[in-house]
Amino acid sequence: MADGIRDKVAIIGMGCTNFGEHFDKSAEELMVEACMEAINDAGINKKDIGAAWSGTCYEETNIGKSSITLSVALKLPFVGSTRVENWCATGTEALRGASYAVAAGAHDICLACGVEKLKDTGYGGLPQNEVQWGTVRRLVDSNQTAPGMFAMLATRYFARYGISPAEGKRMLAMISAKSHRNGALNPKAHLRREVTVEQIVNAPIVAWPLGLFDCCGVSDGSAAAIVCRADIAKKFRPDPVYIKSLQIATSSGVEMLYDDDWTHVESTTYAAARAYKEAGIKNPREEVSMAEVHDCFSITEAVTMEDLQFSGRGKVKQDIESGFFELKGTLPVQPDGGLKSFGHPVGASGLRMVYEMYKQLQGKAGQRQIKNPKFGLTHNLGGVPSVNVASIAIVGL
Amino acid sequence: MVGITSYGAYIPLLRISRKLISSATGWLGSASALPGEKSVANYDEDSLTMAVAAAADCLTGIEREKVDSLYLASTTLPYRDRQGAVMIATALDLRPDIRTADFSNSIKAGTTALLSAFDAIKAGSAKNLLVCTSDCRVSKAGSNQEQSCGDGAASFLLGDNNVIATIEGFYSVSHDFVDYWRTEADRFDRAWEDRWIRDIGYSRFIPEVITGLLKKYKLNIKDFAKVMFPSFYPREHAAIGKKIGAEPNQLQEQLFSTVGDSGTAFSLMMLVAALEEAKPGDKIMVASYGNGCDALFLQVTDEIEKVKGNRRGIKKHLASRKDLTSYEKYATYRDILAVDIGRRGEDVGATQLSTLWRERRMILGGCGSRCKRCGTPHYPRQVVCANPSCGAVNEMEPYRFSDRKGQLLTYTSDSLAPSLSPPAIYGIVTFEGGGRYNFDLTDCDLESLKVGMPVEMTFRRKYRDAVRGIHGYFWKATPPRA
Repeated sequence: MADGIRDKVAIIGMGCTNFGEHFDKSAEELMVEACMEAINDAGINKKDIGAAWSGTCYEETNIGKSSITLSVALKLPFVGSTRVENWCATGTEALRGASYAVAAGAHDICLACGVEKLKDTGYGGLPQNEVQWGTVRRLVDSNQTAPGMFAMLATRYFARYGISPAEGKRMLAMISAKSHRNGALNPKAHLRREVTVEQIVNAPIVAWPLGLFDCCGVSDGSAAAIVCRADIAKKFRPDPVYIKSLQIATSSGVEMLYDDDWTHVESTTYAAARAYKEAGIKNPREEVSMAEVHDCFSITEAVTMEDLQFSGRGKVKQDIESGFFELKGTLPVQPDGGLKSFGHPVGASGLRMVYEMYKQLQGKAGQRQIKNPKFGLTHNLGGVPSVNVASIAIVGL
Repeated sequence: MVGITSYGAYIPLLRISRKLISSATGWLGSASALPGEKSVANYDEDSLTMAVAAAADCLTGIEREKVDSLYLASTTLPYRDRQGAVMIATALDLRPDIRTADFSNSIKAGTTALLSAFDAIKAGSAKNLLVCTSDCRVSKAGSNQEQSCGDGAASFLLGDNNVIATIEGFYSVSHDFVDYWRTEADRFDRAWEDRWIRDIGYSRFIPEVITGLLKKYKLNIKDFAKVMFPSFYPREHAAIGKKIGAEPNQLQEQLFSTVGDSGTAFSLMMLVAALEEAKPGDKIMVASYGNGCDALFLQVTDEIEKVKGNRRGIKKHLASRKDLTSYEKYATYRDILAVDIGRRGEDVGATQLSTLWRERRMILGGCGSRCKRCGTPHYPRQVVCANPSCGAVNEMEPYRFSDRKGQLLTYTSDSLAPSLSPPAIYGIVTFEGGGRYNFDLTDCDLESLKVGMPVEMTFRRKYRDAVRGIHGYFWKATPPRA
C-alpha cells in the first residue's frame, strides 16, 4: 500500500530571480539565474543532477516546447529533462516530478525549475484565451478572462453570505493591502509598494467587483529547487527542508456540470484533505505555521482560506478583519507578498512559494521572518474556479 | 385552406433617434433629416441572428420536429456561398431531412419567399414551411439609407391545418427598376435620385400591384380591414393610400418612425402587427416593394385567437426598447468606424470547420446531452455522465438548451476582455430542469443584473474572423424581453 512521499525527499537548494518586468532579460537568463542560485545553495555540481523538470505554462511566451530550452541554457550534460505544464500549478508540478523521481529511488538528486516570460505578449494580463482550452471550448465559452472568471466567485460569495458589494470590496481590499505590506519588505518582489484599503477600493474596475489591486502582478521570473533523498540531505547542508506532502487535485467536471455553488473551489478541498493526511496534520488552522496561497485575485485568497480549512465556511471575513493572516498574526499568509505583490510568472510561481517557505524554515527571511515555523503550506490554483488544477505542497524541518 | 399557421417577429432592443444621426452626419448635407427613431441591431446581431429570433418567436409552443421546409429572405446575409436558411435550421435544431432555400437580391424577396411557400404547401410538397425574412442593412455615414433603414425580422409558419389567415390571392409586377444597387464587390448600396425613386418607384408600382390584385379578384379596396405597404417616406405613405382609395384607418401603420425600412422584412413586419390586431373574417392586403412589387391578400380565421397574445411579435418587441445614445457606438456596431479593441483582441483562433460540423448541434443548435440512465442534462455534451452517483458511459441523447429558461448563478462585467461593446458581460446560467454553463450576456448592463434573476438564450454572432472569412455564431444569455 502506497504511503505517500512524506519525509522521503528533502530540498537542499533553492533559487529565485527577482520577479517583475524583465524586458531586458531572456527566459534563458532567468532560468540560469534561478538554477545556479539553487545549485550553489545546495553545494552540488550540475553533473550531480540525475534528472530535471522544467515548468512553463504559456506557449505565447515563446519559451518553446519540451525541456530542451532549460537543458541548453544550463548546458546540462545530457541529463534527462522533461517539460511539464498544468496551468498555474505548473511550478509545483515540476517539483512534484522531481520529488517523485527521488522518492521512487530512481535518482539521488533532481532539479525542478519554473519560468515564464509574460511581459513578451505585448499587453497586460495573461495571454488571451483563444486556443488555450481547445477549439471547441473557444467556440462556446464566454468572452472570458481570468479576472472575470474569478470575479464571478466574488459576486456569488457576496450574494450567498449577504455581504453588500461595498462591504465585500472592503474585505477583499484588506487581503491585498496585507500582501502589499509584506511584499514591500521583500527585495525580490515585483510590486514593492504599500497601498491603502481606500486606494484599493477606489481603483479602476477590471472585472466587477474586482478592481486593479484585487488582481495579482503579471511578471517575468524563474524559480528552482534541488531535491535529494532525505537520508543523504544532511551531507549537503545542516538545515534541509523536508517535503511533507505534495498533492494535486484536478477537476472532475462535476463542479461546473453538476453541482458547483461558485463560493468555493472544490479541487482545493480535495487537495487539502489529501495533503493534510499525507503530512499528518489533523488541525490545519492550529498546526500550519504559514502559507503561500494562490492569490491570483483577492477573492481567490479569501475562498482558499476556507477551502484549506483555515477559516470556517463564510467566516473568512472575521479572520481577515482580526488580522489572523497578517505577518504578525496567528497564521501568516503570503509572507513574501504573494502573487499579488511578488508577481506571477505562471510556471515559476509554485516554486517561488516553496522558496519563501524554505527560507522562512531556515530562518533566512530577513524582515519578514516568522517565529519558529514548523509547517509551511503552498497552494496553486490553475484554471478557473469551476474547472481547474489545485496543488498543495507542505514542507517542514 | 392554405395559409399562415403562426407568426413571429423580432426587433432589436436598441433604438437610435434620427436626430442623433443627423447631428453626427447631417453636416455632410447628403441626407434628408427624418422624424422618429430606428431600430439598431446590437454589435452581436445581424440578419441571420434576427431571423433566428423571429423564427423562435413564431415557433413558440410548436413542435420543431414538424417543420419540413425553411425559406429565408434577406439581402444582407453574412455569406455569399453558405446558405443562410440552413444555418437558421441548424440554430433552431430542426430536422436535417428538410428543404431549405435563400431568397435574395431584392427587398421584395420576403413576399416572394412567402408566395413560394404558399405554392409548396398547395402543391403538397411541404406540410409546415417556415419563412424567415430579415435585414440589417449597412449604409454609408450621412446617406439617406442611414436615416431610413432599420433592422428587424419577421417569420411565418405556413401550412394547411389550423390556419390563422388563409392566403386567398396574389398579384405581382416585376420591373428592372434600378433605384438601389450593390455589386458583388460593394459593401454599401448605391442609389439613383431620390425624387425619381419616390415618384416612379413607390408611388407608381405600389398602386399598380394593389389595383392589379383588386381587379384580378374583383375586389374593392373597401373590402379590406387593413392594407399595408412600404413607402419611401411617411408623407408618401398617406399619398399612396389616397391614390388606391383607402381610408386612413385602413392603412396599417408602417413602423417607419419606430423601426425604419427593414428591407425584405419591412412589409411582413407590418403584416405581423396587423395579425396581432386582426379579427376573424378580416381581409388583409400586404404589398412589398423592390424591383417591382408582390401583393397578397389574406383572410383571418377563428384560429387567430389561439395565437394572439402568445407571441412577442411586433407589439411587445416595440415596447421593449433601449436608447442607443452614441452615434459612434452605432457606427462601431455596423463596422463603419475602425476602432481599436487592443492587442489582446487581435488573436482570433482559426475556426476548424470539421469541428464546427461535428459539433453543429452543440454550437449552432445549442444542444447538450442528457443521460438516458439518470436524466442529468449537460452542456457541453458529455460522453460520461457528470452525476457522481451515475457515471453512465455513452448513454447520452441530445438535449436542447437554447429554448430553455435559466437563472443567473453569478456574473461579472469584464473590462479586460476584448469586445466591440465593452465591458464584456458574462455569467453562469443554471437551466430549469438542470444543466449549467458559462455564457456571454447580451442586451443588458451590469446594473440590471442580479444573482438568481431569470435569463433566456438568444442566438448571436460570437466573433468575426476577417482574415479567414468566418462569422462565428453561438448562444448568449439575456434578460427576457417581455
